[in-house]
Formats: sequence, C-alpha cells, structure tokens
Amino acid sequence: MTPAIQVQSVHKRFRDVHALRGVDLAVEQGEFFALLGPNGAGKTTLISLLAGLSRATSGRLAVMGHDVVADYREARRALGVVPQELVYDAFFTVREMLRFQSGYFGLRRNDPWIDELLENLALTDKADAYVRNLSGGMKRRVLVAQALVHKPAVVVLDEPTAGVDVELRQSLWGFIKRLNREGHTIVLTTHYLEEAETLCSRIAMLKLGEVVALDTTANLLAGHATSQVALRLDPPRLPEALQSRLVGQEGEVFRLALRQCGELESVLAVLRENGVAVQDLEVAKPDLEDVFLELVK
Amino acid sequence: MTGLYTLFLKELLRFFKVSLQTILSPLVTTLLYLLIFSHVLETHVQVYPGVAYTAFLIPGLVMMAMLQNAFSNSSSSLIQSKMSGNIVFILLPPLAYWEFYVAYVAASVVRGVVVGAGVGLAGLWFASLPVAHPLWMLAFAVAGCAMLGAAGIVSALWAEDYDQMAAVQNFVVVPLTFLSGVFYSIHSLPPFWQAVSRYNPFFYLIDGFRYGFFGISDVPPGEGLLIVAVCFLALSLATLLLLKSGYKLRK
Repeated sequence: MTPAIQVQSVHKRFRDVHALRGVDLAVEQGEFFALLGPNGAGKTTLISLLAGLSRATSGRLAVMGHDVVADYREARRALGVVPQELVYDAFFTVREMLRFQSGYFGLRRNDPWIDELLENLALTDKADAYVRNLSGGMKRRVLVAQALVHKPAVVVLDEPTAGVDVELRQSLWGFIKRLNREGHTIVLTTHYLEEAETLCSRIAMLKLGEVVALDTTANLLAGHATSQVALRLDPPRLPEALQSRLVGQEGEVFRLALRQCGELESVLAVLRENGVAVQDLEVAKPDLEDVFLELVK
Repeated sequence: MTGLYTLFLKELLRFFKVSLQTILSPLVTTLLYLLIFSHVLETHVQVYPGVAYTAFLIPGLVMMAMLQNAFSNSSSSLIQSKMSGNIVFILLPPLAYWEFYVAYVAASVVRGVVVGAGVGLAGLWFASLPVAHPLWMLAFAVAGCAMLGAAGIVSALWAEDYDQMAAVQNFVVVPLTFLSGVFYSIHSLPPFWQAVSRYNPFFYLIDGFRYGFFGISDVPPGEGLLIVAVCFLALSLATLLLLKSGYKLRK
C-alpha cells in the first residue's frame, strides 16, 4: 500500500541553518503517528515542506503517493494541516471561513459536513461569530475544522491542544480518534508527551534536524527507558552490590533503576542477604518523557 | 475553477465588509478634491476648448480613485494576510499561482470600478459629462485597475511590514497619480516636464480615460492603450513569476 507520507533524504537549509539533515520517514495509511522533538528539532519545518509552505533544499516528499512539488494539487487535496500559530482572518465568521476553505479545495456545497465539524468541535453556537472574537481554545478548534473541511486522507496537527482546556482537549482527541478509526492517517506533534504515548502507535523523534528514533511506542518505551523502584530502607543503607543501580536518594528513600521489572526480585534478595528491611516500595513505569529526555540529551 | 472563484469572492467580501473604509472613504476624499479644485479653478482654467474645468477634472479624479483603490485592494489584503499569518489559508489549498493572480487582480478591478463609478456618479452633481467613446473609457478603466491590482500584489509580496507597504503607496503610487495629468493637461507643462510625463504610465491611463468622455486627448488613445497594455503585461509577467517562485510566501 502507498504510504500516507513518504519523506526521502530530505534536507532543508535556511541561509546558515541546516534545519533538516537527510530525513527519511514513512507513515503508513491509517496510522496515528507522532513527530516529537525539542524546540528547533525541525518538526514544523518538516510539516511545512509536506504542506508546500516551504520547499526542500533536496530530497523528495509525497502525500498519498503524490509528490508535494510535481503533483502539488493532489498532494494538498490529500492533506489537512492544523498550523501551530493561532492564525485567523479578522474579516470573517467561522462559517464563512469554513465555506471559503471548502471552496479553495474545490467543494461548493459542503454545509452538511461543515455543520458536523462544528458540532463535533463544540462550535455550533459560534458558527456566525467573528473568529477574532473567539477565545484562544475556540480559535484553535476553528483551525482544526478548517484543516478537516475537505476530509483529507492525512491530517497533520502541529501542537493542536496548546491552549485548549482539559475537557475540550478530551473531546478534540475523541473526534480525532474517530477520524483515525474511519481511516484517516493522523500525524501529530505535541509537547504533551502523555498525549503521544496514549494516542500514537508509532513515534519519530527528531533532534537537530535528524531522526534519532523511529519505532512503535511500545518498542521505544521498552528499549530506551528504565523503570525505577523507590525503596524506604531500614536501616537506611544501600548494600555495595546495588550501588550501580542508584539514581537518587531522598532521606531513607533510595531510587534504583531497573531494566525490567523482573530485576526487582534480585534487588530484594540482595537487601535480604544484607539484613536491610524494606519498609515501603513503589515501582514507577517508564514513560515517554524518560525516552524523550534520554534521546534528546 | 471553484478555488479561483472562491478566492475572488473572498476578496470581494473582504472589502465590502469594510465598505465605509474601502468605498465610502475614498469617494468622500475624491469629492472633496472636486469641490475645492472646481470651486477655486473653474473660472480661471480651461484645459480643453469648450470643456469646463470641473468637467475636465472629473474623469481624472475618477481614474485616480480607481487606480489608488485597485492598488490598495490587492496590496492591503495580501500584506494583512502575510503579517497576520492567515496567508496559510490560501497557501495550503491546491490553488495554482495563476489562480491567486487572477482572483486578486479581478477583485482589485471590481473595487476600483465600484469606487470610480461612485465618484463619477457623484461628480454628475457638479457638472454634466459627455460620454464620447464608452468602450475606450471602459478599456482604460479596466486596464488601469488591473495594472494597479498586479502592482499591489508585487508590492505586498516585497514589503515585509506595513511601513514598507505604506512607503510604496505614498512614495510611488500617489505621486505617479498626482503627476499624471489628473488636474491638468500635460500641454500646459514646460517641455521638460511634458517629456518626463510620457514616462509615467498613469498619464496614458488618465489621458485615454478622459478621451472616452470628451473625444480629446494629449496622446492618440490607441497609442496610449498599447503602452498601458505593454506595462500591464510586463507587470503581470513579473507578478506571475514571483508568485510561481513563491517569493517571500513559500520559504
């Protein structure tokens, strides 16, 4: 099957900045994919290249098999982008904006889908309000609606939940998950790593314009991060054999690294042999933040 | 063509929504010129034999209003979109560069003609005007608005802020319109300034437009329209090439 997104050996240079350094990436159709990385990693640059907002210095990008330069019309029809910047046109109402956006994509009578979008994004009562008068969260949802107005096969969301409150964030994700179930490919960049961990089946991590990890979320969590166990010890003394695992100490509480949870048994055995009792124990599973920090440090 | 048509409609709706500023305001300003100049000069100046100065002035003011508003329409829309970032709404869809050009220029023509028609109709209250050659009049009106619509796109593509945009308007467009024979015939100028005026394309627009009313002009209208057409085509070619290259739009 044609990949939803194909990025091959892409370089992007701005005057003296080499923003992307040979990025290779493929996102399969129907995936819920995360593009993560610290500020300046090149995430937004990569999205801009896909959307045709910017042109690659070298390399090739395609959306649903359509080259973003040579076959830009089809590539753009297949792509919906929610930009990171909270942009709007002060002259128009929400419905006018969505009708214009439909028209730009060649859709004349699109009101049934516009109404559905407004309802799903809790904007129905704001349909005739000027976008300039809406709150930041609402403006963000209007941007989401604009990106979805032509029912694109691939939806790219660049920080879509920034400034959106918790309840609306949940309803937004509910809607995006539904789109994914219905076959839309979703590509997401976010600073909320727990969102990527919960939602995305695969993750690419970018650092200084290069892909430093590209794997399923489960593999990344298993391969790059360690669990930790926090132990309150009596007496508060860590046997020599466990010193190499020590990652931190707060009073009587020692935090030890575990590659796998199964290693806990041998830790407890060493403590027993040394006459150290465990008064309290807490195991923390690794999360994406640990993986992220390890990969980008 | 739905994309092009939608962008054109959006551009029309944009200026109609703020019609106090985009239509009524230039209309009032132009009528103030008419009121003052015609009152002061009516009995002192006669440019064409048998044509009252107020009547002579009206077509020039109409054309000046058309040119300035056609320029304002495309340039202000584009610079606002660039500055506020909402330009992405037209860069993300599958619109071709030439559709972008046609929609912006066509909307500029509509705004120019609407303002020009308003000034012309209001001007009838000050003086009666013959219409000797309506097709020449229309040809120069449309060509002038289209030319300035394209110039507005180029300027707004180049400008990186409102200040630079205002500089083009105030230091290029306004002087060229004022020095193009709106208020006088170039035959009343010294030979040197007559020669200089012939390098100002706006002069041919106003002269040809005026020919449409009175059947009198400083330059034969065919020659004038040819020069205007060459300027328009050159400007359009430049605009299309800039849009195609993504100049200051697609980094």
